[in-house]
Amino acid sequence: MSFVTVRDLFQSYGGRPILERINLEVEEGEFVSIVGASGCGKSTFLRLLLAEEQPSRGDIRIAGAEPAREPGRERGVVFQRYSVFPHMTVRENIVAGDSFTRPLGRFFGAARRAALRRADETLARIGLAHVADAYPATLSGGMQQRLAIGQALTARPRILLLDEPFGALDPGTRLSMHDFLTELRAQTGMTVFMVTHDLEEGFKLGDRVIVFDKPRWDPTDPEAYGATITYDFDARNGGIPFQTIKEETHVLRPA
Amino acid sequence: MRLINRRPGRVLTAFLAALPFVLVMLAYMVGSDIRLAENPSDKLMPAPAQIAATAERLLTEPDRRSGRILFWYDTAVSLKRLAIGVGLAASTGLIFGLLIGLLPHIRATFSGFVAVISMVPPLALLPILFIVFGLGELSKVVLIVIGITPFLIRDLSQRTLEIPREQIVKAETLGASTFTIALRVALPQVLPRLIQSVRLSLGPAWLFLIAAEAIASDLGLGYRIFLVRRYLAMDVILTYVIWITLLAFMIDWALKVLARRAFPWTGASL
Ligand SMILES: Nc1ncnc2c1ncn2[C@@H]1O[C@H](COP(=O)(O)OP(=O)(O)OP(=O)(O)O)[C@@H](O)[C@H]1O
Ligand SMILES: [Mg+2]
Repeated sequence: MSFVTVRDLFQSYGGRPILERINLEVEEGEFVSIVGASGCGKSTFLRLLLAEEQPSRGDIRIAGAEPAREPGRERGVVFQRYSVFPHMTVRENIVAGDSFTRPLGRFFGAARRAALRRADETLARIGLAHVADAYPATLSGGMQQRLAIGQALTARPRILLLDEPFGALDPGTRLSMHDFLTELRAQTGMTVFMVTHDLEEGFKLGDRVIVFDKPRWDPTDPEAYGATITYDFDARNGGIPFQTIKEETHVLRPA
Repeated sequence: MRLINRRPGRVLTAFLAALPFVLVMLAYMVGSDIRLAENPSDKLMPAPAQIAATAERLLTEPDRRSGRILFWYDTAVSLKRLAIGVGLAASTGLIFGLLIGLLPHIRATFSGFVAVISMVPPLALLPILFIVFGLGELSKVVLIVIGITPFLIRDLSQRTLEIPREQIVKAETLGASTFTIALRVALPQVLPRLIQSVRLSLGPAWLFLIAAEAIASDLGLGYRIFLVRRYLAMDVILTYVIWITLLAFMIDWALKVLARRAFPWTGASL
């Protein structure tokens, strides 16, 4: 049985179908990019994966467990905005990834010193050590998203959900964030779901790219049907695995 | 250039800010001059010099009977009532605001109730308060509490609801319990709003305090003003009014500074 199993998932709001008949199997450690037209329900699907809301029908199981009823530590998330706590310094934001499970949401004494040390290591790894005492509002968009990812990873989630995490960044910062994410993923081997509007980004980072679209379309009532997964691409090797020459052909190839 | 894009320089800004004060003073001086020229014993608009003399007397000379300087005594009594009333209202507002904003069950129970309660005119309840709590300190404090708590609860629950859903979900994914979310995510972000709401409700708080003191008291700023009204002692009334204004302004300013010092992360948004 695969790690994440989505079975016959439906979601509608007030009788209006958004998602229909979604079936998906994802192996542990896979990186799944999700693309699709605006408003087709990608964020809704992520909210369902997160267990922030419950589906109208069907269920989502992780590692065969019962469907979750509310968000928890096994699922980390980074939104496009508002993902870090504005009233905490950068360092405190990282510490929060550990300390929120404590009774008062804080560490004290030796545990606190240890947590601060670990936070500083994390900050050094994600390249934010020099702004450890600043508040998030003073950081650039890229730094805030790096912080949000670092904070989510501190909780060691089994799956990481990213909703257009780099949507608001300029192309240069985006590229360095790709390297950053690829590196972190190599270290942690996490399962990742990432919603993006950038196809290139989806194929570059993902092992799979799934496309949400409406299979049925009523021209007089565009909202009559919901979206489902219409394509499921293998995106390893830049999305063209079938073009990789598998057999030895004994033909001279340019060196 | 459009008017909306024209900005005064620094000197002009200072001048413009001072202008209304100077104009009001001038208008008063001229008015007082004209009235006193017609009738030297006119009591309605005492000359500024006379107000200053009265103020000095009030601030320094002890009362013949009690030996206390009543001006400071009144001030202390009124400020204490105000502080207790506003303090109680602020704590109640904060706790209920957080509960209503965070917990759907509490919200379902109380938000309609608070909306209706906040429509009750507090001054209309004053006779009931006097009957129930007597004429002592309690009824004055209770009037302030009743007067501003509904506003504080509504405002703070609204602020709590305005915390982006993303942050709450994020805290959940970090394993936070409801209590931890309230303590570490909602409370710190609502506290600066609490100070702003308290600043807004200080005006009504003073109103309720002075009203209660005017009707039933034997000490306090409001009591004194209404007492000397019988003698048409405009100089005393004006001294007290200026003093109350100054106090209110200083409290407001102190809260503003406190908010900026205590919550550096809010930046320029306050
Ligand atoms: N809580 C809700 N109640 C009612 N309708 C909702 C709710 N959440 C989302 N919708 C509707 O569901 C549809 C899908 O929304 P969703 O945010 O999932 O789209 P999306 O694919 O993420 O779009 P985008 O690419 O613009 O982020 C939208 O039409 C939206 O109006
Ligand atoms: Mg979306």
